[in-house]
Amino acid sequence: MESVLSRYRNLIILVGVLFLQVLGLAVQVKRSSDAQGTRLIRIWAVDAITPMEKGLVALQNGSGNLWHNYLYLRGVRAENRELKEQIEQMRLKEVRLSEDAAQAQRLQSLLSFKEQYITRTVAAQVIGSSGSDLSRGIYIDKGSDEGVQPDMAVITAGGIVGKVLRVYPSTALVLMINDQSSGVGVILQKSRLQGVLAGTPNGEVMMKEVMSDEQVSPGENLLTSGGDQIFPKGLPVGTIAKVGAPKDLFLSITVKPSANLDRLEEVLVVLQKQEKQAVAVDAPRARAADILAQRLPSVPQQPAAVPAAGAVAAASSGAKNTAPVSGAQAGHAEGAEQTAVRSAGDSSATAKPPIADPPATSKKLTSPAVAPQTAKPRASASQPKTSAPQSATPAPPDADTPH
Amino acid sequence: MPITYTSGEQVEVYRFSIPVTIGVPLIALFLQAFLPRRLTFFAYLDLPLLVTIFFAMARRNPIAGLLTGAAIGLTQDCLSPGPIGVYGIAKTVVGFAASSLGAKIDAENAGTRALLTLAFYLLHGVVYFGVARWLLSLSQRFSWSHGVVAGIANAVLGVGLYFLLDKLKQRT
Repeated sequence: MESVLSRYRNLIILVGVLFLQVLGLAVQVKRSSDAQGTRLIRIWAVDAITPMEKGLVALQNGSGNLWHNYLYLRGVRAENRELKEQIEQMRLKEVRLSEDAAQAQRLQSLLSFKEQYITRTVAAQVIGSSGSDLSRGIYIDKGSDEGVQPDMAVITAGGIVGKVLRVYPSTALVLMINDQSSGVGVILQKSRLQGVLAGTPNGEVMMKEVMSDEQVSPGENLLTSGGDQIFPKGLPVGTIAKVGAPKDLFLSITVKPSANLDRLEEVLVVLQKQEKQAVAVDAPRARAADILAQRLPSVPQQPAAVPAAGAVAAASSGAKNTAPVSGAQAGHAEGAEQTAVRSAGDSSATAKPPIADPPATSKKLTSPAVAPQTAKPRASASQPKTSAPQSATPAPPDADTPH
Repeated sequence: MPITYTSGEQVEVYRFSIPVTIGVPLIALFLQAFLPRRLTFFAYLDLPLLVTIFFAMARRNPIAGLLTGAAIGLTQDCLSPGPIGVYGIAKTVVGFAASSLGAKIDAENAGTRALLTLAFYLLHGVVYFGVARWLLSLSQRFSWSHGVVAGIANAVLGVGLYFLLDKLKQRT
């Protein structure tokens, strides 16, 4: 007996070690490890690896910042100028979008809708991956010390990334949406079809649970539906890349995620989201033209006789003088500021003034004090709809920008 | 001094210092977690597996080999979102096989090392797939073509890595 044991000692130990690991797997599967707290062995392993990752990422960022912020500043002035112009355009676009949002809120309040708002987030840096080609997880440099908890949504400006799976004191493991064990409730933006987003073993993202008799076309946008209780409703998820042949009564839909999951550097963890009933805001509407008018320098003091004459002339001409100007708004970008400000007093008062750099000469014609007053009575009367999207998703950057 | 003989040829057994025994697998695990985010192709490589094969073949002791594989594999499992034990089982088997084979053949030249690495990579993939599919019911997909290509890439990297790690060997 003893000789048999010594002869097969290696094999017996191998079988013993394998048996112990299989037993461990069985226990984990039975207990559904996700619901359990983080195991000590995981904490040790993560504590051994992540400090090195954090250190290297900090070093990488430090050297990158030194280069980009102090050494390589070529073209920064031009870029700064372009960005300022972009900010101007985006401010005007924001006014238009807030107008639509306010209208949506009014409608939602009428219908007693409840909406989820992201109230608190924390920015985190991606420091590493799970180190496996077969599972899709990333480590971020924020953990329970910063308020991160399991099942919190992780997003970027582009779209959703995944959810927090395990939390350690200073790091957290995020399960990405392309992992095969992930699941996100999604809805198609146009057709409003609902489904479940899940990953595949090779890292693709699929929309599941859509019946084969439904019409789904490539290119359609996908948003979170909020049904999973993790992601707030309306966040961008991706676009339909391919609709394959139906399998088992369901369509095989491949999704291209909005967020670049292979090149993530910084993400946002949604620490708090609040569900509250939409309340209509009764504040007077600010229009693009009004905002623009307020931002311009005020009219210089002039002799008393001149404004009086101007006022009389304006009063006598009435709407006739403004009508051609508002008509010219539609397609002309030149003198946009002049057009926009004047349109504030116009009956048609389009909510979509052309956006362009204000020419210096046009500033003389602006009258910030007058524009909002004249705008009010007519703005609510006829407010042509803009082409801004009605959903909660932000418009693409160039969606409304005239060129 | 445990020395085994194969076909009359002496096969040397090596040992490693404690810092190397702990540090090299940790660095391999760290690089495996850190680099694929920066270099996409690195996701096809499995540095912890290469380190397991190297240590197992150099020590030529099946028990040491399987324990090294189990330790490295379980640590890798701890970093992944999945259950602990899948990589552990796969690398335990590879560690045992590599050390058992290492005790019988002399795997010092580049060609032999490359072939063995390719074979062990495929063995690792098959065991991993089997455990994930049959024990955990995960919908894993095993592709031989993908496995062979990734195995060749690992073999090429492995040959270079083994020559670097050879410098850390200590004769018993």
